[in-house]
Amino acid sequence: MSGRFFGAAVTRVEDARLLTGKGHYVDDIELAGMLHAAFVRASFAHGRIRSIDKSDALAMPGVVAIYTMDDFADIAQGPMPPMAQHPLLKTPITYHPLSDTEVRHVGEAIAIVLADSRANAEDAAAAVMLDVEYLPAVSDVVLAHEANSPTTHSQHASNIAATMTAGFGDCDKVFAKADHVLTEQFDIHRGGCHAMECRGVVANIDLLTDALTISTSSQSPYMVRRHLAAYLERDENDVRVMTPDVGGGFGPKANVYAEEFAVALSAIKIRRPVKWIEDRQEHFVATTQQRGQVWSLDVAFDNDGRMRAIRGHCIHDNGAYAPYGLILPATAIASFPGPYALEALDLTIDVVLTNLVPTSPVRGACRPNVAFLLERLADRIARHLSMDRQEVRRRSFVKAEQMPYITGLKTRDGSPISYDSGDYTGALNLVLDKIAAKDFEARRNEAKRRGKLRGLGIASCVEDTGLGPFEGASIRVTPAGKVIVATGASSQGQGHRTAFAQIAADALGVELEDVTVETADSAKFPLGISTIASRIAVTAGSSVQLAADKVRAKAITFASHQLEVGAHDLELEGGAVQVKGVPEMKIKLSEIARALAGTTGVPLPGNMEPDLAATAYFNSNALTFAYGANACEVEIDPETGDVRVVRYVVVHDCGKLINPLIVDGQIRGGVVHGIGNALFERMIYDEQGQPLTTTYGDYLLPMASEMPPIEIHHMETPSPRNPIGVKGAGEGGTIPAAACVISAVEDALGPNGPFIPVHPISPHQIVTWLKGKTAASG
Amino acid sequence: MTERSVAFTLNGEQREAKIDPRMHLGDFLRHSLGLTGTHIGCEHGVCGACTVIVDGAPVRSCLMLAVQVDGCRVETVESLGKPGELSPLQQAFAANHGLQCGFCTPGMLMTLEAFLRTTPAPTEQDVRAAISGNICRCTGYQGIVQSALDTAKANQK
Ligand code: FES
Ligand code: FES
Repeated sequence: MSGRFFGAAVTRVEDARLLTGKGHYVDDIELAGMLHAAFVRASFAHGRIRSIDKSDALAMPGVVAIYTMDDFADIAQGPMPPMAQHPLLKTPITYHPLSDTEVRHVGEAIAIVLADSRANAEDAAAAVMLDVEYLPAVSDVVLAHEANSPTTHSQHASNIAATMTAGFGDCDKVFAKADHVLTEQFDIHRGGCHAMECRGVVANIDLLTDALTISTSSQSPYMVRRHLAAYLERDENDVRVMTPDVGGGFGPKANVYAEEFAVALSAIKIRRPVKWIEDRQEHFVATTQQRGQVWSLDVAFDNDGRMRAIRGHCIHDNGAYAPYGLILPATAIASFPGPYALEALDLTIDVVLTNLVPTSPVRGACRPNVAFLLERLADRIARHLSMDRQEVRRRSFVKAEQMPYITGLKTRDGSPISYDSGDYTGALNLVLDKIAAKDFEARRNEAKRRGKLRGLGIASCVEDTGLGPFEGASIRVTPAGKVIVATGASSQGQGHRTAFAQIAADALGVELEDVTVETADSAKFPLGISTIASRIAVTAGSSVQLAADKVRAKAITFASHQLEVGAHDLELEGGAVQVKGVPEMKIKLSEIARALAGTTGVPLPGNMEPDLAATAYFNSNALTFAYGANACEVEIDPETGDVRVVRYVVVHDCGKLINPLIVDGQIRGGVVHGIGNALFERMIYDEQGQPLTTTYGDYLLPMASEMPPIEIHHMETPSPRNPIGVKGAGEGGTIPAAACVISAVEDALGPNGPFIPVHPISPHQIVTWLKGKTAASG
Repeated sequence: MTERSVAFTLNGEQREAKIDPRMHLGDFLRHSLGLTGTHIGCEHGVCGACTVIVDGAPVRSCLMLAVQVDGCRVETVESLGKPGELSPLQQAFAANHGLQCGFCTPGMLMTLEAFLRTTPAPTEQDVRAAISGNICRCTGYQGIVQSALDTAKANQK
């Protein structure tokens, strides 16, 4: 699959608008008579609201209304529908649009204030008085897991919402026969996500038709529509949901949020447009977070370094609610065994509720967690056997000749998970070659002369991408010869408009600028799922190809009639269907479109269907599997504990590249996200569930000054599972990055340093480790 | 609250306005003047998305009160180029994939615009330091850094 545009590093069609300040994000929407919303949020992690006194606040300047859940009783009531059902979650654990009585985390929305300006709404929100009966809160997931812990929900008997198990093979047998067994505990920190644009919603009600229109900074506009329509007992047709430009998503914006519902309910009630824009402080307390898991794993391996079996237990911090069902623990399980060919696996995950913001996927969902576990174990085995880290991996990997490889685990629908294609050893060899691993000791020694500790880290991963069920696209050629592509796939910066235009332009023989791509507006395309899990290139990309193929076939049929030439002698080029090798004999797409748009009384040729247009859906029935191998070098200042990532090399295979420029951008951004997880991002709560890091002064994100250049090499093993041979690339940068950085830090600390089973690590921690080492060796 | 009258230059044009003293410059530009190119990412002065140039220096418009622009020259992203005629820095951003969602982009552009005026021949480390007050969550910074270096090089020719 390659053409003039497919596979080329074309610059993005999105850019001119975004670079000139002409982007149109939710907060840029202004509507006549619009009110601004601010939420009254809980300042405590667990409590029961006895009463709410709005009288002072209602009297404040500009305030128009203040609603609590009771005020919506005539429109809709009860908890929100879950985004994903799971048989293990007998009763969904979802929010109310506004908390009805019991509040379970700091930041939970209790009331909504509508005023003529954001400032006035915020002032009034601060003046709403709550009478609260405080309840015991639990913020530490290990404590929450204990039998005598206070419960996150007072009506629950325990905090364990579900226990998931999965595995294959006979672990007991493999462990009994293995040469070695090691047990390690891992603590992976929670952390936030922090798209640069906070969330935002504008809801508007048509006073004549009562139709509701929502613009939301969402990755899942069609899910918002479906769940909101169900909640309101309306037809989906009367709820239009669209996403304007969205300033980054990375997972949390895939949720259907209480605020989206509350703003919609307010607009219905007050019959005016309502806008809510989340501020950064709210983002820290009300937008979902992730990563937090505590694992205990046993690994069985042989003298030659071959990893044979893993068994273990995870305490998964799910936060106060489970709006997204059990998607995270399910993803954690499905991310095993990574690139390793295990004989047996036995996992148990306890999904535990805590009085913290709920968790949901954040760039990679639980895949980075699992990559961290597996890669740390590989390093641990190497150290135990005094063997090369690379060798442990080579001996344990699934081999290229074993593809397609059935892992032993099952997908959500019960079918066996099988890796489609790839060469994991080849990727590792290439990355080690590119980083010149064999000369590393010389660089380590050179750094030592400068007083620095230099370490080399490696990490590999497999990433399931292209999650089903489907995305779709419709393509229409207008009588002016322009190509309009509409799809339900929303974009948050991934360059969908460019990638889809590349596919359509090649199929239809037109220029890139002749293609307009419209994304995620339920009035323009009827169905969509979500931009999550690196699935859009596979699902929507394939559907654009399929729809374009149909349009192409139609144009050829028409031209073959008009020109009286067999279909196989025709090709599409320069905006026309032409006879191969006879470019003078052609008929323009615009003419075909005009003819198929119909003229009164004139029959269409050959009984053709009207309109030069087609719609197609691509059902992604089997996952695709991207993979990668990363290597990096860090330098540690032993005095301050400062860790610098000085080199970072990625080898990545996501099948056919639609646009290398965009894929590289996705990978680089992802790597930096993972470096942040390894070294900087720490979301701290006190014992009462009070967040202590709610500004960027306390919560550190990676900045340009700390980031290295990131070198990328592609391998291109096409996926046999879709018509364009692609695999997803949105998260592949993040998944191995934290593991890679921590591997390098451990290597820098030397053979007497500690095994590092946690992230993020702090300079303070490094200094402590180094002191410990000096004491021990001195 | 009583509004105050201010007079200032905005993107080369003389402007007068009455401003509520509590309003910050970012909100004023975005919501009172409709110049929505300037973005608000944190409203506490750390992310840099709201950066505009005031009297030649990059400032965080969320940390400056709008009434403080009285007598000042203010430049926003809208002053740089238009979709058909991008400025050299904007062109470099497109060529180097220096943006993804585009939310941090106006702040990055204005920070670098001011920086390149005073530092015409920066090193990579200089550029990284110059944008160390601007968070980008999408790009990993590399395309942005390269864009600034390319622009500086082109300017020198
Ligand atoms: S919005 Fe001003 S620095 Fe973040
Ligand atoms: S491009 Fe999205 S934050 Fe920078």
